[in-house]
Amino acid sequence: MTHQRPASDRTVQVEGLARVEGEGSLRVEVRDGTVGMVELEIFEPPRYFEALLRGRRHSEAPDITARICGICPVAYQMSACLAIEDACKVAVTERIAALRRLIYCGEWIQSHALHIHFLHAPDFLGYQDAVELAEVDPLPVQRGLEIKRAGNLVMETVGGRAIHPVNVRVGGFYKAPSPEEIAALAEPLLRARESALASVEWVAGFEFPDIEVDYRFVSLRHPQHYPIESGRIASSDGLDLDAAGISELVVEEHVKRSTALHARLGGKDTYLTGPLARYALNSAQLPPIAREAAAAAGLGAVCNNPFRSIIVRAVELVFACDEALRLIAAYEPPDPPSVTVEGTAGVGHGATEAPRGLLFHRYELDDNGLILAARIVPPTSQNQLSIEADLRQVVQASLSLPDEELAWRCEQTVRNFDPCISCAAHFLDVTVERR
Amino acid sequence: MSAVTTSPRTTLAVWKFASCDGCQLSLLDCEDEFLGIVGAVQISHFTELSRAEGEGPYDLSLVEGSITTAQDAERIRAIRKASSRLVTIGACATSGGIQALRNYADVGEYTAAVYAHPEYISTLEQSTAISDHVPVDFELHGCPINRHQLLEVLTACLAGRRPVIPGHSVCQECKARGAVCVLVAHGTPCLGPVTRAGCGALCPAVDRGCYGCFGPADTANTSSLARQLAALGTTRVDVSRLFRNFNAGAPAFREESLSHDTPETGV
Repeated sequence: MTHQRPASDRTVQVEGLARVEGEGSLRVEVRDGTVGMVELEIFEPPRYFEALLRGRRHSEAPDITARICGICPVAYQMSACLAIEDACKVAVTERIAALRRLIYCGEWIQSHALHIHFLHAPDFLGYQDAVELAEVDPLPVQRGLEIKRAGNLVMETVGGRAIHPVNVRVGGFYKAPSPEEIAALAEPLLRARESALASVEWVAGFEFPDIEVDYRFVSLRHPQHYPIESGRIASSDGLDLDAAGISELVVEEHVKRSTALHARLGGKDTYLTGPLARYALNSAQLPPIAREAAAAAGLGAVCNNPFRSIIVRAVELVFACDEALRLIAAYEPPDPPSVTVEGTAGVGHGATEAPRGLLFHRYELDDNGLILAARIVPPTSQNQLSIEADLRQVVQASLSLPDEELAWRCEQTVRNFDPCISCAAHFLDVTVERR
Repeated sequence: MSAVTTSPRTTLAVWKFASCDGCQLSLLDCEDEFLGIVGAVQISHFTELSRAEGEGPYDLSLVEGSITTAQDAERIRAIRKASSRLVTIGACATSGGIQALRNYADVGEYTAAVYAHPEYISTLEQSTAISDHVPVDFELHGCPINRHQLLEVLTACLAGRRPVIPGHSVCQECKARGAVCVLVAHGTPCLGPVTRAGCGALCPAVDRGCYGCFGPADTANTSSLARQLAALGTTRVDVSRLFRNFNAGAPAFREESLSHDTPETGV
């Protein structure tokens, strides 16, 4: 559609949102120049993980929940392990914890590299996909592939494979990689870190819609580290909770248009998890190389422009490569590679930072360690109301755009969140209707 | 990759049903070959990668995920009609996936357990393989699939030949890589003898028993393995759990798991 219709009444509709993981659609209605209904519809069919986990052994939770998401299986494995270990009152050794953080860095690297270069950047440059981009400018796409490869290599070396790693277990790992295998990761990660720095500079040069959102940020926070797999849960309005605390405070609501549950925290409506939240609450914990890259890219201590999340993600990419290098240099194989976790009756909670945001699990076990009840709250469920709120604000600010551009802007707004609809179905078409 | 290309280029479509996105991600995980692949084919539909939407018909459709809703059962028929060749990728598409555990339960009870308003949810009682609904030209197994095998399938399709994918068991891969047999040497329950090769014997290589994510091998003697597992002290219900996993809907694994369903004392 090339002509511009009166902007007062319209509907934006996108059927089958692309460049996200999973299936969903989007509908925004504009009446008398004011944005009315905004609905993100998630039609990813339900897969019933919380139901099918019941009656399975406590040791099976990491492998089963990994299958919720092929993009962030380690996040599921780690949150599951922590929750089961909490229920069984077992803590892992520092070496096991360090190896967990390393494989999680690998997942952040591959997932962020994919989202920045393949799923998100084409929006800013006006391409349908990274293939079109590569035809015009192959370097950034090749760089994205190279960084992604390094992340996958970390996951393969520690976990056996990049998608649904086999070496992770409750209590630690089946087998510790040798120091030589781990040392071999240094060279590709050094190159990936250089490439990630180039990508920060590349994305910082994009044009960004001028939008600021007053977010309520929620993420893990750790006294020593930028948060990945450990820490307490903090918010920009002063919450300080453990994994059990957030599990109690978050209420999920089931709405008709979605097989994902909408999460509300402590009775208030929206909150945001993910890179913007992590960065806002923890930017002081970033290593100098990532902090310098952020400053050079024009980021302050907090970023409230959702479109600039691509820069924050690129800064986190530098961080994840750097952190992986630190962990590799300090690597000592855990011996034994796991601690024994006997299944006992109890309730346990685990929360970690998936690449796209906070992921928490809760399990209730019986005397034999069989799972009686499971609750899994993925980041996209938690962000769903924030996505709708952002859409409302973005459409209101962009009413002068013709329909086709407005629909694309809406899609881009959703992709700012790197939503994982496969995870959330327990998500996207975009429709812009103006009447 | 200097692929055999025809003119015009082969049109490729990638479709998703109930699944985790991991198998289509495997295509993007071919980092070294990715730009070669997209140069050799015309990607007509691949929602995870592109907002461009090409119209069918498609020379080759890759299908990920299982059929769990009436709408999806309709959608796969339309995709089949629009596709010259249809290849299913991954455990969900080839056997129903982990979500086929509902086939052993009451899906109404599952819905009530997860959703506050079960009346908003529309789903089928069973999670089923694509081949239960439409003819499939080739099935590539694995949870997730092996990306090198995916490249072989794509190359074979471009060259107009049948993909060379072995149907033997994980045991042979274990021997080929010189891994110690965890079943014999450690007494660890292992599905390797009945599970299709393709992963490269990843689990035994980390001193873990195979958990069957590539599904049954071509000639899987599951009852013989089950007897051996029982002799090692594995309870009936644990034998059943081993077979009732990511390929719970694959006939050989389903039947074996059902034969261990009779309750026994303990867990």
